[in-house]
Amino acid sequence: MILVGELSLWVALLMAAWTTTVSFAGGLQGRADLVKSGERAMYATFAFVLLASIGLWTALFTHDFSIKFVASFTSRNLPTPYLFTAFWAGQEGSLLFWALIMTMYSAIAVFTNRNANRALMPWVTGTLGVVALFFLMTMAFSENPYERIDWIPADGRGMNPQLQNPGMAAHPPMLYLGYVGTAIPFAFAIGALVTRQLDHQWLGAVRRWALVSWFFLTIGIVLGMWWAYVELGWAGYWAWDAVENSSFLPWLTVTAFLHSIMIQEKRGMLRKWNVTLVVLSFLLTILGTFITRSGVIESVHAFARSSIGNWFLGFLVAAAVLTAYLVSTRLTDLKAKAELESMVSREAAFLYNNLVLVGICFATLWGTLFPILSEAVKGDKITVGPPFFNSVNGPLGLLLLALTGIGPLIAWRRASLVNLRRQFTWPAAAGVAVFATLVALGMRDPYALISYLLAGFVFGTIIQEFVKGVGARQSMYGEGMAAAFVRLIGRNRRRYGGYIVHFGVVILFCAFAGLMFKRDVTATVKTGETVKATDPYGHEWVFTSQGISTFEQLNRRVMAISFAVTRDGQSMGLLSSEKRQHVDSNGEPTFEPSTEVGILESPKQDVYLVFTGAVDKDTAAVHINFNPLVWWVWFGGIIMAFGGMIVMWPQARRGEREGGYVAQLPSAREQAEAGTPADALAGAGA
Amino acid sequence: MNARTKFLLGGVLVLGTASYLMASSIDETATYYLTPSELAGKVQANPRFVKNGVKVGARVVSGTIVRDPGGRELTFQMTDGTRTYPVHYRGIAPDTFTDGVDIVVEGRLDATGVFQATTLLAKCASRYENAPAGPGQPGTGGHPANVPKA
Repeated sequence: MILVGELSLWVALLMAAWTTTVSFAGGLQGRADLVKSGERAMYATFAFVLLASIGLWTALFTHDFSIKFVASFTSRNLPTPYLFTAFWAGQEGSLLFWALIMTMYSAIAVFTNRNANRALMPWVTGTLGVVALFFLMTMAFSENPYERIDWIPADGRGMNPQLQNPGMAAHPPMLYLGYVGTAIPFAFAIGALVTRQLDHQWLGAVRRWALVSWFFLTIGIVLGMWWAYVELGWAGYWAWDAVENSSFLPWLTVTAFLHSIMIQEKRGMLRKWNVTLVVLSFLLTILGTFITRSGVIESVHAFARSSIGNWFLGFLVAAAVLTAYLVSTRLTDLKAKAELESMVSREAAFLYNNLVLVGICFATLWGTLFPILSEAVKGDKITVGPPFFNSVNGPLGLLLLALTGIGPLIAWRRASLVNLRRQFTWPAAAGVAVFATLVALGMRDPYALISYLLAGFVFGTIIQEFVKGVGARQSMYGEGMAAAFVRLIGRNRRRYGGYIVHFGVVILFCAFAGLMFKRDVTATVKTGETVKATDPYGHEWVFTSQGISTFEQLNRRVMAISFAVTRDGQSMGLLSSEKRQHVDSNGEPTFEPSTEVGILESPKQDVYLVFTGAVDKDTAAVHINFNPLVWWVWFGGIIMAFGGMIVMWPQARRGEREGGYVAQLPSAREQAEAGTPADALAGAGA
Repeated sequence: MNARTKFLLGGVLVLGTASYLMASSIDETATYYLTPSELAGKVQANPRFVKNGVKVGARVVSGTIVRDPGGRELTFQMTDGTRTYPVHYRGIAPDTFTDGVDIVVEGRLDATGVFQATTLLAKCASRYENAPAGPGQPGTGGHPANVPKA
């Protein structure tokens, strides 16, 4: 099977080359037989990449240490689930994994469009073939996962303990599913540009793919934050590291696209912009890969440096030049079909939303690339730290939060004073109420206060939308509250799913602001001694050391410190943190020792314990953090993913019958008159 | 003034503010990123350069790490092969910090020529790789031969 896998890699390479060649040839000459052949070759490419992947998994599970990749990332005592995830623990495997998802997506896109978008498809298939070919070539010629070593070690070197974590097992696949998802819209954009078919239909085909990409990127980023938080021991979840940023950049442009696409659908505006966003999202994922794999930018995440960076840089430049050429020669085809009519309109709100998202994207990119830029310009490598990102993206983020409330409620084309008053009176009051309450409770931090004011406002708009919608259904159909609520969402998934995503965003902003109030204390304690601390809410905490224990566990030796914890005199149970030394199957230490933090989690705050070192056998040095509202980051992430799922869920094709009413109004109409109570009913066939 | 012009004005305002924030915060947070040799060169050219906080990318000299038992203070030597500086760091070292790893320290040189570090990042090229190094076999996924120029 391993040999089959190795050979399959080369066959896949040939198949991808065939896909590209005949698809483009078929497109140029308008020959349907060539186009069909290209599409079949795309399925074959996927099949052979799948075989290559199964081969590598077989090698991992059978401990074939003659393969360098297997020997480098696994060992005989590695817990079985991590043998599966070792696939993406290193460079070569993660490239193969990338190719696997890429060709799978491509095959699905080709299959679902086998009877649709016929003019576009040769170019789409061909472009996807080029991308697949690129990844297969990097593996075949530079980073072959099947590379052998000429002697066979008795045991592999094992997996880095920090990767032996469920969050890290799931984070890379989610991120790749998101990253690679941008390739499909990109291919459609190229197809639309080449054939000059730049009206809605290509957008319809890519919208769902953009959503899929957004959905997985969101999950991947939040999982990465969670992993950093529970595994790395610096009591935070985001540090504006180059690698984190490179996952955030395409997320921003995809988010911008998912909003601006609505403007093109409803008003025929922003056509150039949408093409640009789609292309940009894909280029940013390639740039992100280049940044993380090439070592040009210092990052604590650094993968092994290798020549692979040059491959990605070359690909990036080629793709950028080609699409810039295509867009510039097709500007007249991309002319807007409508003009902006008023500053106080949904179009304007969405335009600003896009402006801010892309602004954040640009600032983040600028800060990330600053060391390279400064070296090129001034000859000195100058880095910027988290304060740069926070001071630029903080205000922009708050502006974005405000627009999250305004955008969905303001009327299309031109909002009247009546519309504004009807839509925004209560939400604004909610925001002010939150603000006043917090000031009364003693909060003074202006940044946090503005965050909560805006959060209250946006939350108000969302609640108001649901209340109006449910109320309208209740009076119209006499439904119970719960039924009306469920059906409201079910009949307008795109709209109410979107609100749920926004709700998640509001929660995230609240959680981010909470971290402004974090506190920490460091101490060195003997067994029986206590650490006293006051949390941001004013509670008194006492931590009593229960001493240091040492024991062996699975593939590691553990030294643990435990504390009995009380809050205002009430017992909160035990909290422990461990120092782990991972060992190989002979009991020899592998890797540096790692720290396992202890977290006492609650919605109010996390008490986060780090065992920094043992002074002697019963004296421990510890770092205790009070991190307010971190729980809400994970909760907000889940809500966002849930909302995304509702939006993505396929609408039933046949008219849904319900109490004699037939759903038949197109979604374009359902949002067309936001602000009138009837609009909540439109989707239900009022 | 039509809506398009107004929108563009608003856009310029937003982007202008963002640019201003970027420019001003770059001045506040920008830090030189140097190798030990470059740091030595800068200090030689201008002795007052030591006043600047800098980041230095270097490698830990094996066997020079002295940890305070509480794990909250340590000293070691860092080098790029040409220049070597002693480093004193007060704080919690990351798990990956060990002999021979690539590190990034942030801080400044004191009067005695010791680099007083306020942050310490360990960035091992083999952090996620731990390639087999058998008898007579060089570690395949090990460190690059020389510390790259940051």
